[in-house]
Order: sequence, then C-alpha cells, then structure tokens
Amino acid sequence: MSQMNYAEAINEALHEAMQLDSSVICYGLGVTDPKAVFGTTLNLEKQFGPERVFDMPTSENAMTGVAIGAALNGIKSVMTHQRIDFFLLAMDQLVNGAAKWHYMFGSQNCVPITIRLIIGRGWGQGPTHSQNLQAWFSHIPGLKVVMPTTPEDAKGMLLASIFDPNPVIFLEHRWLHNSIGEVLDGDIRVPLGKAKIIKSGKDITLVAMSYMSIEAIHAADYLERQGISCEVIDLRTIKPLDWETVMESVSKTGHLLALDSGFSTGSVAGEIIARVSMEKFNALKSAPARLAMPDVPEPTSPALTKGFYIRAADVAEKVMDMLGKDTGQVRKDLTEPRPHDIPGKWFTGPF
Amino acid sequence: MVYAVNNSSIENLLDLFYHMYRIRTVEEEIARRYSEGKMRCPVHLSTGQEAIPSIFALTITKGDFAVSTHRGHAHYLAKGGNLNAMIAEIYGKSTGCSKGKGGSMHLIDLNVNFMGTSAIVGNSIPVGVGLALSSKLKGTDQISCVFLGDGAVEEGVFYESVNFAAVKKLPVLFICENNLYSVYSDLSVRQPKGRSIAKMVEAMGIDMSFGNDNDILANQQLMKKAVSNVRSGNGPHFLEFSTYRWREHCGHNFDNDIGYRSQDEFLEWQVKDSLKLLESSLTKDGSDTTTKLSSIKEKIDSEVAAAFEFAEASPFPNQSEAYEGVYAKEEASK
Repeated sequence: MSQMNYAEAINEALHEAMQLDSSVICYGLGVTDPKAVFGTTLNLEKQFGPERVFDMPTSENAMTGVAIGAALNGIKSVMTHQRIDFFLLAMDQLVNGAAKWHYMFGSQNCVPITIRLIIGRGWGQGPTHSQNLQAWFSHIPGLKVVMPTTPEDAKGMLLASIFDPNPVIFLEHRWLHNSIGEVLDGDIRVPLGKAKIIKSGKDITLVAMSYMSIEAIHAADYLERQGISCEVIDLRTIKPLDWETVMESVSKTGHLLALDSGFSTGSVAGEIIARVSMEKFNALKSAPARLAMPDVPEPTSPALTKGFYIRAADVAEKVMDMLGKDTGQVRKDLTEPRPHDIPGKWFTGPF
Repeated sequence: MVYAVNNSSIENLLDLFYHMYRIRTVEEEIARRYSEGKMRCPVHLSTGQEAIPSIFALTITKGDFAVSTHRGHAHYLAKGGNLNAMIAEIYGKSTGCSKGKGGSMHLIDLNVNFMGTSAIVGNSIPVGVGLALSSKLKGTDQISCVFLGDGAVEEGVFYESVNFAAVKKLPVLFICENNLYSVYSDLSVRQPKGRSIAKMVEAMGIDMSFGNDNDILANQQLMKKAVSNVRSGNGPHFLEFSTYRWREHCGHNFDNDIGYRSQDEFLEWQVKDSLKLLESSLTKDGSDTTTKLSSIKEKIDSEVAAAFEFAEASPFPNQSEAYEGVYAKEEASK
C-alpha cells in the first residue's frame, strides 16, 4: 500500500493493466506529451512502446470507431480526452456504435473500450470546458458510466473498466486529480455497479458522486457537529446504478437529498428521486430533494461563478431545512472559500 | 462491352457470373416478396451494383476483415456470409445472423470475418480502420475492407478515418461505390461539379484507383493490385467505382417516376448492365458454356428458394430476448 494522488492512481492502473494484458492499448491527444494528461499517462510510452501508447489526430469521432474496430479483434483500448466537451464530437460512434454493438449483432462479440473523460468546474473553464454530462451517457443502454471519487477507487475502477467487456465512460473530476489517499499495490479491481457508503448515519441519506461526494462529506462533518447524522453514499458507478444500496439507506433514514455535479433537468439526481419516490414512497418522511447545477451554461468570469457551484454549505443548509432545523448559522460557519474557483489555495493553474 | 471467352478466361468469367447472378437473384427475390409484409424492416437493395462485390468475392481471402453499410447485402454475400442467416435476419427470425436484433442493416458473419454493417452513413468506416489497426498490432497479414458510398465521403468521419489510416499506414482498402445518389439527392447538389472523389482522397496522401462499372475485368485488375499493395504493407488504398442502383433508395420498387432522376439515365445504365453483358459474352459461342450457365443458375435459384423457405420456417425469437444482451458478460471478453 502506498500514498498517492488520484492522477498517480490512474497512472498506476494503466501500468498495471498494460502489464497484465498485452492487448491493452492507450491513446488520446497528449498521452505522450510532456504534460501526459495531468500526469496520468506518464512513462507509459517508455515502458510499453509507441505501438501500444500513442498520441492521435484530433479526430474524436473516428478514433472512437477505431477503438470499436480494434475491440472486435480483441484489442482493449483506453482512450483519453482532456475535456469531456471535446468528446461530444464522438457521439455517433459511441451511441450508434459502441453502446449497441453487442446487442444489435445478437451478442456475438463485444466492445471492451474505456473512455477517460475529464470533467470539472472553476478556473474560468467556462461554458464548453466544464460540463458534467454523466446523465447523458447514463441514458444510453449498453454503456457503463463510472465516476470514482477517491484515489483507491480511481485505480480499482479503472482496472475494472479496462477488463470489463463493455464500453465504459470513465469520468474524472479535475478537482480530484490532486487528492491524496492510500492505494493498494497490484491488480486491485473495484467492481463496477457497487456504491460505497462513505459515512454511515441515521437521519438522512445523501447520494453523491465524484466531487459532489467530497462536498457531501464536508457537509456531513459539519452537520454531525450540529447533531445531525448523515449517511453519505458515493455512487461510484452511475450506470448500472446500485439501487439496492440507495433504497436500503433511504428505508433506514426516511430522508433523501440527491446531489449532482451536472445540470438539474434530466440529472442523475432527478432519476434517483424518481425511483426512490416510486419504490420507497412509504418510507419517506419528507419530500426528497435535489441539489444540482442550474440549467445555465457555466460562465467564465470569477465574478459570475461566485455562489454558482453546489458546495458543502448548500448541502448543509438543505439538509437542515429538510429536517426542520434553523439554517441561520450555516453560511456563517461554512463561508465560500476564497478564491472559490479552485480546489485549494495550493492550486495555481492552469487546468 | 464484350469479354473474350477462352480457356484462360472462362473460369474467372464463370466465377464472376456466379457471384453476380447470386447477388441479383437474392435481391430480386427480396423485392418480389417484400410486399407480402413479412420482411418488416427497411431494405436497401444492391440490384444493379453486383459487379464490384463479385470482384471483391474473388479477390479477398476469408481471413480479411470487411465492414459495410446500410446497402450491405451484396458485400455480406460476397465475403461469404451465410445466405440463410441473412434472409432469416431480414425476416426477424431467431436464426438470423443477428438473432433478429439488427435486421437488413446490421449484418454480421464472424465465420468469414464480415464484422458488421451500419445504418448510419459513414459509421462503419472507422470501425474498419480499427480492425486494420488490430491486424497491425497483432502482426497478421489480414487487410480490412471498408465499403462506403459517395454520400459517406461527405461525412467528417470519413476524412478522420482516411487521415488516421494514412498516418499509421494501416492495411485498409476503402471501396467506394459511387452510385450518384444519396437517397434522392443527386451528386451535383452535394459535391462540386467536376471534382473526383478518388483524386480528392489521393490528395490526402493515400494511393487510389478509379474504375467504371462496365468493365469488370479491368476493375478486377484494379482491385487485385490494390489488395496486394495494401497487404504488402504499403498503407491504405482508396478504390472508387462508378455504379448505379436500379431500385428505390429504400424498398422494393422502381422510382424513376417520382422525379429525382430521369428514365433516360436509368435506361442507359440498364444497357450497360454488367450481368447481362457478361452473360451474353459467355453464351455467344457455343452451347457448352450455355449449359454451364444454366446449371449455375439452377443451383443458385434453388439455393435462394431454400433460404427463403428456411427463413419462413424458422421460429421468431422469444419476446423476452428483447431485454437480453444489453451488456456483454465477463466471459465474452476472454
């Protein structure tokens, strides 16, 4: 076991997978450049050679199709894009091709590809560099959608994604790349489709994913001090979603707040509220609630993003409101960090 | 066009006739029966376009990969795809090549490395390029053949795919069947007048050849040469052939009356019908060849009739199968 950050954990998973299986290849814009996609692809080319690790033309759509074709002959591609927004050019190959191949050809072959997409917020990333589109991908049958929060899960779930026989959308929040944690050595796969209860509690269930799980934990720590016990579920996999864990928790707490880093309408949080309301209506003691991004493109100026993101204070305030507590003190206790548009003061950009 | 029939040419000509007649017979039988309403999916027939796939059938090896388009019946058959499984697929039966999940536009036969067809214009092009990348990574001599039409050349993914194939010098044979129409839109409203598709692609840095549909033997030589170049590691090659679809874009009817193309143009292509010209060359001198042709036709006619009987007699898939196969299970990736 060693301590490392999320980006290093991704890098370790890639090394491990390529070492284990010579059919794993890795490509994407910048994977062999000096910055190595925020360090996540460092040394791969050196260790595994330019046949298996290569930079690519700026052709997101075709290169997704290339991964499909290679997969049909047993090659497992890990494709990387520095921003999810660029990958929108590849929707045809992803949605009409990769997601449906196994089904529409009568389950005769499969498309084991992993597509790493980086999502984020802040630092003036603006309207087309900061989207969190997990809901889009989870809408498509045949795709798996993964959003690990911790370095340990980043490594374990990337390994599981690479060796999964299906196309997996692997979403990394840029604000998590520098987070540090203990990570086990070797081939430590974390099964897809299993959520993790990162904090047990009895008063309310908070369901979150990726960076929202971090905000949820901060809120839960604060609420603990106010005498409110939150159960925090880190979904880890968005599709297929671990409904059992969500339903069990809501049955226990009777209250649900679903958090989402994506836009509100059609969000994963909305889906969670719908399913819980339909299946656990009798267990609910209050109306379930959602905190997601407003249905507004993210602006660029730091003046415009003040108060724009969902953060721990919003979560804590909402929870207290749902439980009928006085919220007057929350924003005084949990003030917006300054600056508000970076993961920590140590961060000096660029993204 | 008259083909010289002699001892050295006859076998090849008969083989070409076999494939062309077989594709024509299958497509026309689908057209004949389509109005019965039992084939309940869109069909894009290749009647009139048999020559190129037939040449392909005689040029390519079983281990080579191929992908194709919505108009893919001919390519599937030419690659050696199972006829019964294709007809059953169009009938939506469980014995279909995609178990009823795909229909006419999603044909596959892994026994002959026919890797799939797509209903989305241009969609299978990068898939074919990816298959070529896999051959290169695995160090085999398999080439990957990508069928496309003139419309697909207008898709961005086409340029992306050609570019990547060129950068990596991948063993890809692009086979463009230019039949002048994308659905009902004439080439003249889609691409600048006088610009050659093949020449444009050549400018992207790959070899090309262009052939007219009415000289089968010349086209056969072009394809042979291209395949051998690609196989010997010289990188991708783009072949463009001019051809013509006889029937409507989608369906079993003729549609010259609706006003997007002229009857004269249609008749002009009927006159240079490769199948008829080949047949008349073969039957010109001597009853021996005529007898051989009759026996080929008889064999194919009964094979095709049997395929339709097989499809009709096959069971439909269970309703519950609609919900199965969304995800591949772990074993499938091994």
